[in-house]
Amino acid sequence: MNYLADVAALARKDLLLELRAKETVPAMLLFVLATLTVFHFALPRGAGHVAALGLLWVALVFTALLGLTRAFVPEREQGLMDALVLAPCDRSAIWLGKVLAVLAFLGLAELVALPAFSAFFSAVDGRTVAAVALADVGICAVGTLTGAMAVAGRARELILPLLFLPLAIPIVVGGVGASAGAGGRYLGFLVLYDAVFGLLAWASFEYVVSET
Amino acid sequence: MLTARNLSKRFGAKRVFGRVDVSLDAGGFLLVTGPNGSGKTTLLRVLAGLAAPTSGELQLPAREVIGYLGHDPLVYRELTPLENLELFGRLYRVPERRERIGMLLERFGLWDVRHERVGTFSRGMQQRLGLSRVLLHEPELLVLDEPFNALDAAGADLLDETLAELSSRAFVVATHDPERVERLSTERLAFA
Amino acid sequence: MKPISLPVLAGAATVLMAAAISLVFFYAPTDADQGLSQRIFYFHVPIALTAYVCFAWGAWKALLHLWKRPEGADLESYVAIHLGVIFGSLTLLTGSIWAKISWGVWWAWSDNQLVLFLVLFLFYCAYFMLRYSVDPGPARANMCAVYALFGVVLIPVSFLAIRLSRSFIHPVVFTSQGPQMTGTQFLTFCVSLAAMLTLFATFYQLELAGKRLDAHLRELRELLA
Repeated sequence: MNYLADVAALARKDLLLELRAKETVPAMLLFVLATLTVFHFALPRGAGHVAALGLLWVALVFTALLGLTRAFVPEREQGLMDALVLAPCDRSAIWLGKVLAVLAFLGLAELVALPAFSAFFSAVDGRTVAAVALADVGICAVGTLTGAMAVAGRARELILPLLFLPLAIPIVVGGVGASAGAGGRYLGFLVLYDAVFGLLAWASFEYVVSET
Repeated sequence: MLTARNLSKRFGAKRVFGRVDVSLDAGGFLLVTGPNGSGKTTLLRVLAGLAAPTSGELQLPAREVIGYLGHDPLVYRELTPLENLELFGRLYRVPERRERIGMLLERFGLWDVRHERVGTFSRGMQQRLGLSRVLLHEPELLVLDEPFNALDAAGADLLDETLAELSSRAFVVATHDPERVERLSTERLAFA
Repeated sequence: MKPISLPVLAGAATVLMAAAISLVFFYAPTDADQGLSQRIFYFHVPIALTAYVCFAWGAWKALLHLWKRPEGADLESYVAIHLGVIFGSLTLLTGSIWAKISWGVWWAWSDNQLVLFLVLFLFYCAYFMLRYSVDPGPARANMCAVYALFGVVLIPVSFLAIRLSRSFIHPVVFTSQGPQMTGTQFLTFCVSLAAMLTLFATFYQLELAGKRLDAHLRELRELLA
């Protein structure tokens, strides 16, 4: 199908760009490790497993933010958003391609972060991994949309956390709840979040990037 | 193909242009002249469908048949010419992509560097790649903003030839150096 | 829908506010536990509900803007959200005062409503940051409209999240005001709610009129230049 082929071409473009530049993923990896180290010193003695889990989610959200801030840089710096928007493909394909690429970067960072967390604090179970996977989808969906908004204005990187964090609060709730073993409904909630905001972002991206 | 009536564009309180009328058919060539900062780029963006006019009527063909070259060549610097054209060829559903890309790269003298990152090119070569990108999908309406920018003598001659060859298409060209394309133009718009 | 004229609205708002204040302080029964201070409930909840109405109205105008593109929808959406943030701040303020009076703390995480408003407050403040970081024009209008829609979807999703977070963040210690109200309480509440909504409508028309006038002035100046 043409749409999927467009998405694939765009995602491939983003992955290629990162492969050449090698900026975002190494930064995310280093950031998440540094953050987890800081958290070791930030947690008082006797702090429980759940407290540490909470900090894991904080680390993941802020690492994602780091990646998302860089997501539209090539398009912004070289004016390429014009070229993509003018192409006859559906504008939502631009969003989806970008989401897939950022998802890949975040996944790579987590491949390092989760084992590191297990080593620094306590073992990470299957529920946590499932929660992280589901949360990643929501983070990337909403983050890519707000990333495009942030890049269009003057404040750029400054404004992305402000736009993104309130929307990320439900994700953190779902994620921490699921990893703390408070019940399967937290995973269900993450699925709901992904579905609702994913759909909204997919449908509204067109209006964020084009004037006409 | 392109009709604009009483077009105006404002950014907040600042008016960039107003009362612009354009009527362009296949074979037409609109030459937009004026010094830097006079609003040519904004007009071209509106005529390409990138920016919405503040008021007035605008009728444009579908995106598939429009080709736009902005002030920047609009190519990814971290990718090679081949990868760039492959991407846009895919997005514009260009038939027989490989052949067409090869033909354009050869024509604009980029075949030998097709596997090198665009970031290593001179500005003139990037401009040539930008022109290849614009021509890739054989657009019927070409909107070119300062296309002779950064081109050396050979590149400029190449562009001249191309413009002459494609005289059956519709063109909107902005330049602050109009002598080159004067003879091709069917209409003129001068910005103060 | 023909808008109600501004003087009529302003008059109605004044009358209703006066009525509400008198009812709250003289008519509604004194609460057995909390006494006089409990009366802030009659302001806090109507203000909160009015804030929701503001955000919903703003989102509706935003949807209209994206869908049918009527001329003034972006401005109307912005004004509604602007007022929503003001009412939202008042909600946080009155909620905080109520918490201090009732439970001796300046902030009660156990109050779901209050936490929701904190999240929404953050979200809609970001709306303003977005609006001021982009130059005015169709691009800004589109982006703000999309963000306003995200806001209105965030309301139920956040509320659900906050409810869910109960079980692992804080044990539920305090119970908030129950929905059962006596007749006199209900009347007072309704009058107060009507007053707040009319106040919103008044300020909405007022601010819109002012901003439209500004825009006209600018246009005229442009034409003369």
